[in-house]
Parts: sequence; structure tokens; C-alpha cells
Amino acid sequence: MITLLIDGKQVEVKEGTTILEAARQAEIYIPTLCDDPRLEPYGACRLCLVQVKGMPRLVTACTTPVAEGMEVQTSNEQIERIRKTIVELLLSDHPNDCMVCEKAGDCTLQELAYFYNLRENRFLGERRQYAQRDNNPFIERDMEKCVLCGKCVRVCEEVQAVAAIDIAYRGFNAKVTPPFEKDLNCEFCGQCISVCPTGALIGKLSIGRGRQKDIQKVDTICPYCGCGCNITLHVSRNEIIRVSSSPDNINEGWLCVKGRFGFKFVNSPDRLKKPLIKKNGKFEEVSWDEALDYVASKFREIKDRYGPDAIGGLSSARCTNEENYLFQKFIRATIGTNNVDHCARY
Amino acid sequence: MQKEVVIKICMGTGGIAAGGKEVMQAFIEELKQQGIDATVEKHCSVHQVGCRGFCARDVLVDVIMNGEKTTYQFIKPDMVPRIVEEHIVGGVVVDEWAVKEDYHAFHEKQVKVVLADCGEIDPESIDSYIERGGYEALKRVLSEMSPEEVIKVIKDSGLRGRGGAGFPTGLKWEFARQKNSDTKYIICNADEGDPGAFMDRSIIEGNPHSVIEGMVIGAYAIGAKTGYVYIRAEYPLAVERLKIALAQAKEKKFLGENILGKDFSFEIKIKLGAGAFVCGEETALIASIEGRRGMPRAKPPFPVEKGLWGKPTVINNVETLANVPYIIRNGASWFAQYGTEKSKGTKVFALTGKVKNTGLIEVPMGISLREIIYDIGGGIEGDRRLKAVQTGGPSGGCIPESMIDISVDYESLQKVGSIVGSGGMVVMDETDCMVNIARYFLEFTQTESCGKCVPCRIGTKRLLEILTRITDGRGRPGDIDLLLILSEDIKAGSLCGLGQTAPNPVLSTIKYFRDEYEAHIHDKRCPAGVCKNLLTYTILEEFCKGCTMCARVCPAGAIVGEKKKPHRIVQEICIKCGACFETCKFKAIRKG
Ligand SMILES: Cc1cc2nc3c(=O)[nH]c(=O)nc-3n(C[C@H](O)[C@H](O)[C@H](O)COP(=O)(O)O)c2cc1C
Repeated sequence: MITLLIDGKQVEVKEGTTILEAARQAEIYIPTLCDDPRLEPYGACRLCLVQVKGMPRLVTACTTPVAEGMEVQTSNEQIERIRKTIVELLLSDHPNDCMVCEKAGDCTLQELAYFYNLRENRFLGERRQYAQRDNNPFIERDMEKCVLCGKCVRVCEEVQAVAAIDIAYRGFNAKVTPPFEKDLNCEFCGQCISVCPTGALIGKLSIGRGRQKDIQKVDTICPYCGCGCNITLHVSRNEIIRVSSSPDNINEGWLCVKGRFGFKFVNSPDRLKKPLIKKNGKFEEVSWDEALDYVASKFREIKDRYGPDAIGGLSSARCTNEENYLFQKFIRATIGTNNVDHCARY
Repeated sequence: MQKEVVIKICMGTGGIAAGGKEVMQAFIEELKQQGIDATVEKHCSVHQVGCRGFCARDVLVDVIMNGEKTTYQFIKPDMVPRIVEEHIVGGVVVDEWAVKEDYHAFHEKQVKVVLADCGEIDPESIDSYIERGGYEALKRVLSEMSPEEVIKVIKDSGLRGRGGAGFPTGLKWEFARQKNSDTKYIICNADEGDPGAFMDRSIIEGNPHSVIEGMVIGAYAIGAKTGYVYIRAEYPLAVERLKIALAQAKEKKFLGENILGKDFSFEIKIKLGAGAFVCGEETALIASIEGRRGMPRAKPPFPVEKGLWGKPTVINNVETLANVPYIIRNGASWFAQYGTEKSKGTKVFALTGKVKNTGLIEVPMGISLREIIYDIGGGIEGDRRLKAVQTGGPSGGCIPESMIDISVDYESLQKVGSIVGSGGMVVMDETDCMVNIARYFLEFTQTESCGKCVPCRIGTKRLLEILTRITDGRGRPGDIDLLLILSEDIKAGSLCGLGQTAPNPVLSTIKYFRDEYEAHIHDKRCPAGVCKNLLTYTILEEFCKGCTMCARVCPAGAIVGEKKKPHRIVQEICIKCGACFETCKFKAIRKG
């Protein structure tokens, strides 16, 4: 273990921890846009600059490992001035259309602007403008809002091992893009959306479907496969508009395309909401009692005549975990057969 | 008696551009025609040689007869027959074409170490290098010295990195030596991206073996088996000569398996850079070799701890490495006799701008700027007044005329807000606008920023915008303070050396030439008469003879008036091209 002082507070952390991580453990806040503890340190946004006693320059807390006896100052006049300049520079090259931005209310850049009370901007000038839109089905990419934190690029390469995007061009024109500025054509896991600190990457399914403040969050388990990822349903006006996952859960917040985007069926107009029985070659709506009685009698008939193994059950990942549990219980205990399966296996 | 004739033709990039190849061909043909080969009994040879620095005088040709050297300047192919006839056959030097006093003055105060053999040897011939003592140092190192002894000599010599930061080379090698790793690398940084800089290029073009020898010695000292030369693809001649040199060195067993029969093997690979200034920064350079986008990362860990492919790596500049064989050959104290207490040896500079003699110079550290400008550079063009000297390229600063007695070394230049850097040196006179100079450098750094960190990516862009509006006459009160604050934040906040130094041209020009900024902003006036939008051309009635010359050259039709009567410039139409000003014989047009 290593002991260091952060803002006068004694902190003990494991060797190899960064200053930023140590500060978090000690509940000392250091602003950042480009850090994600799950990704390799990057040091690009420069907001986490801190003063370490004995070092000639300010250093980024996210890239600097702790050392025994280190004395860190996370804030002083110069540091705050630089941080404010950085946020102001970012805003000088940002559409500042928070009133219509999907990310409003959940945006790190917006929070920082609020924190530094940036109403005026000393650095207004040319702004990047990109007319071209990406026509992929899932991810709205508004690169005018991109702060080049590189999280999407890193998650795509480091976590997803896909590397569908990278930074192209130089300097002020640097831009995250798929190869040759083509439309994104990847596996659409949407991890990039989950790490984006601004409105640059937004799920297309949620656009225009509710402000952050009106959202009710429901924690559940992703039903699609046996991994059992923790997910959070974002519900607006009784409809799921988005799925997220918290970084501190079993799957570290990472999801796949199905878990993140495969929720449209819930509110699909094609979905059966009432039981149907085919009478005279046509489906007719019936009551639950009638339907269940009918099914029960048919099952009994089959079981009596051919034995329980003549029956098998298949259930769906689009049911909840609890429903799937009950289903296999029913097949095994009530019907009496092990002929039961599920698209994500039991 | 046998006559011996050697002809050396400058074939650096400058020499070739001026027609070196054609001159060489003319000599070969002329000599053949005249049958000189026979008369001088096959002792006549024509060589190409590398750059000797005085590019403004190319094509430069040395004719050496029985050891007596004459240098000719500005040679064209049609001048060759006369030189052959009068000088080589007739033995009479063609005086009017030979270099004069000023050519010698250019060289007098220079001390040539790394450039000593440039312009003397044929860069495509290893024998030519060996004849002048080449690879002696490597032989000595491998037969007599331990790696630790090599490091000690380099440390004692006081050699510091010539790539910009000035880090002690011996110390860097020692750190790498001490790292316990089965694989280590040594990289030669030949990215040279500063505008106007061509020191490293000329060294490789003129004497590639000195760099290779330095690298092999460095590899032996630190324990590396593989080395890379990271060189920009825009240097095709340097790349070509390097490839030839590598093949020759391998053939002679100075490179490859069991070098000189010893238990030491080392190979060198060439990696071409795509021409990004930031790829000269060592961590970006490593990323580029690894096949990733050339963007810097935070240090520590430094490359000596975690470099190429995660292995301990030494990165040295071309000039740094080229010094090494000479230091080993002549000893640490020989090298340390040049320079100041903390900055030893010599430094190559690309002297450009408003001096009479532009070119590549090598001077002992500690020489004064005054000596460089007036003795070597021959003073200011048109004998105008010196205003400032910009050193260190886009990362450097402007040093005002009042400080030109300053010693040129790492510490002194830093103290006044500039740097030695890689060796750019631009001389400016009273016709240069300092705000415009700052804007020029920011334009460069701004486009060369990799875009990774915010202060550099957006900050330099905003600096450039503010400078541009000042030079355009749209400067606002408060702009100077805004430039100062933003500059400080970019310096302190940026990730790599590019952003950390990019504001230097702004800060140093504000520090020493604040009045020029103020004139632009408050009086809408450019004192040097450079910034177009701030210029007005007016006709002084009392001098105007009504000759109509100005009206005739004006491309915009902005000048009106009757013949033989004073003319007038219609300001709304004037495009400020200056054509009238240049044409008027009566000095009747005022610019300002
Ligand atoms: C933006 C930037 C560009 C650089 N370009 C070069 C270059 O072109 N050549 C070079 O040798 N060093 C360059 N450097 C310095 C290198 O990072 C490094 O310090 C040097 O190559 C080390 O070699 P030395 O110790 O022999 O000087 C650059 C640094 C920065 C920050």
C-alpha cells in the first residue's frame, strides 16, 4: 500500500493507482472529461491537472501513478484558471444548443459550464461544422458536439476489440470517424454511446422521446442471454426509450447490441396482449380463464395419452427472467419433462 | 610529374536543385572530350559531395589540383568548359568565378564537427568516409571499450540532445543501460519538421555513415539489437543515401550479425514518416512506428522505461548521433573544449531570413548572436536595421536586437524566452512585422497540432484567430491581455512539447514588441508596413509630376488624375498591392 497526501488528507491506496483514482477513493472531486477507470489513461482533456510537490509542471491526475509520500494539491488559482479556460475553449467550439440536445441534464460538459458559471465566452471563433449525417440505424453521431475525449475510440478498441472508429485529420479539424468518412457499419454494441460525455453520440431510438428529468429508471437483468447483464430501463410515458448499464455492476456497464437496443418489441403494436384461440379456422380473442382452461385440458390429454416427454417447452429472451424461471419450473415440475429450452439456454 | 585532379560538386538537395547533376555531367563529358583522363594519367576523379552549408551560392564546385583547392560558386553547365580548359588543362584559376573573401568569412567563425566531412566526402561511398577516419570509433569501441566506458566518454564530453530539449545524452544512455530487459531499441529521430530547418537532412545527405556509426555505438552502449531511423518521406535523397549507406555498412560488417567479428549484433530499419511535425515528439514517434496514429502520450513513463513496443528505448536526434563518432575518436575533452560550461560542443543552425549569407552553419556553443549575424551571416540584407532573431523554430521565441550579444547556448536562450531548439534561426529586420511573425508561427503550430489535448487543439486556433484579427485591423482593446492569459494556460496545460511551447512566439513578441501590437490594435497601424489591411497608399501632391505611370500599373484602376497634374488614389478601390509604390520614380507615394 502507498500513502500519500491529497489536499492535506492522508490517503492509502494500492500501488499503481493513479492520483485521480486515489482522489476518488478519498471522495475528493477532480473534474475530468476523458477519464474512464475502465479504459487506459489518455490525458487529453487536461481538466484533471493537479500540482504535485516537487514536480516542475502541473500533471494530469489520470495518468500519474501515486508514489509514497506524494503531496498532491487538486486545486489552486492557476489550476482553476486553466480548467475554466479549457471548458471555455470547448464551449467556443460547441453548438451550445442545450435546449434541444438529448443529452441535456446528463452532460458532463454542461455540468462543467454550470460549475464554472460560463455565460460569456472570451474565445468565440470558428466552430467546426459538419453537414454530413451518419445513416446507420442506431447511433446518431453529431461530431460538432464531440470534445475529442477519445473514449468512444478507446472503448471500441480496448473493450469491444472492433476498432470501427478512430481520429482522423489534425489539430482543430481532428474528428472521430469511421474509415473514409463512411457511415458507421459496426456491430452496434453502443458502448461508444455509453461513454460519451456529451451529446455527440446518442441512441437514435431515444431521440425526441423524453427529457432526462422525466425519465424513470428501472433496474433489471438483460434477458437476452445467460450472461445476465445488469441493465437499467429508461422509461418515459410508460415506454422504454433507452437502456443503460451502470459501470459498477457485474458486467461493468458493458452491453451488446441486443441488450442496449433490442427493446422495441415491448411496445410493438404487433405484440399479443390478449389470448387468442383458433375457432373455425380463425383466431378469436378470448378471456384468460378460457384460454388457460383450454391449454390445460389439451396438455393433460397429450400427457395422458403419450406421456410427459411428448411435450416440450420453448421460451423467449423477450420475457423477463422471472417469467422464464417460472416457465421452466412449470415444464419440469408440472408437466414432468426436461424438454425445455430458451434461446439463451437454461 | 603526375598531376592529381579531384573535382567535388555539391549535391545536397540545394545543390541538386541549383543544377548540380547537370554540372557534374558537364564535367564528366568535358573531361572525356579533352582527353584529360589520359593527360593526368587516370588520376582525375569527379565526386559528388554533400552540402557544405552555403546554399545561397550553389552550385559550388571544388577543383583540387595536387592538393591545392579552388572553390567556384554559382556554377552552371555552360561554365564548365572554360574551367576545364583554363584551370585544369592550363593551370590558371578562373578568378572571376572563384569564391571571394566573403565566402571565407562565412566559414571563418564556424567550427565544424558534424559537418566537417560534409562537402568533403562522397556520401554514397563508404570508402570515402573510411578514408577520413570513419568507423575508427566503432572499431575502438568494440575492441577496447566496455559499454560503461562508452557512456562515460559521452557523459564527460557534455554532449546534450540536439533535437530540442537538450537532455544529456550520456545520462539517457546510462538510464537505458541500467534497464533490465532482453529487448531494447535505439531510434534516430530524423523527422525534422520545423519550417525552414534542414540540418538533419543535410547531415544524412552529406555524411550518412556518421549517423549510422553513432547509432551502432549507441546500441552497443545501451544493449540494443535493433534500431530505427524515423525519417520523413519528404526527404527522398536522404532516404536514398541512407539506404545505400546501410547496405554498404552491412557489407563491411559494421552492421548486422557479429559486427567486426565480435559478439555484438545490431540491425537498423528505416521507417518513413508521413510528414507530421508532432511525430518528431518522441512518444508520438513511437506510436507512429507501432502503426498507430502519431499522437503523444503523457510522460512518465519515459521511453527509456517504456518505449517502442513497451521496451526500453533511447531516442536521439540525427545531429546528436552524428557527434558520437567524433567524440569517441577525438576524446571527451576535445569536444568539451568548445562551448560554455553547461552547453558543450557545436550546434548546427539553419540561418535564414534577412541576412546576406543564408545557409547551414555550425558554430561553437556560446558564440554570440551578433557574431552569427554579422560575421558569418555578413550582416543584414540591404544594410537595413536588424530587429530581432527568432531561434528554435515554432517552439522558440524572438530575441530583440538589444540582446544580440547574448551567448547562444541552452540556458541563455531559455532565459530570454527562446530556445536553441533544433536549430532554426530566422533573422528579421525593420521590414518585418512582429505580430505577423507570431501569426505565421501560430499558423504552423495550429495546423500541426495533433488535436488530442484541448489547450493545444482549440487554444492555438484561438490564438491564431486573435492574432489574425489584429493584423487584419480588427484587433480589440484587451486582446493583448487575452493573448497573454491564453498563452500561459496553453503552456501550462498542454500535453506535449508542441502545445507547451507553441505560445512562445506570441509571448516573446509581446514581451519585446508590445508597442507594435498596440499600434495595430489602437492606431490601426502596422509600423513595419507589412499588414495589408492596415496600409494606405497616398500620393503626395507636392512630389507628383502627373507622369501617369502609377495609374497605368494599378491593376484595380484606383488611381485617377489628369496628365501632368497630381494624381489621387481612390481608397475604396485600392487593393493595396503596392504596384504604384514600386513604380513611382519620384517617391511621391507614401505607404503607411
Ligand atoms: C512537437 C515536437 C517536435 C519535435 N520534433 C523533433 C524533430 O523533428 N527531430 C528531433 O530530433 N527531435 C524532435 N523533437 C524532440 C524529441 O521529442 C526528442 O526530445 C529528441 O528527439 C531526443 O533526442 P536528443 O536527446 O538527441 O535531442 C520534437 C519535440 C516536439 C515536442
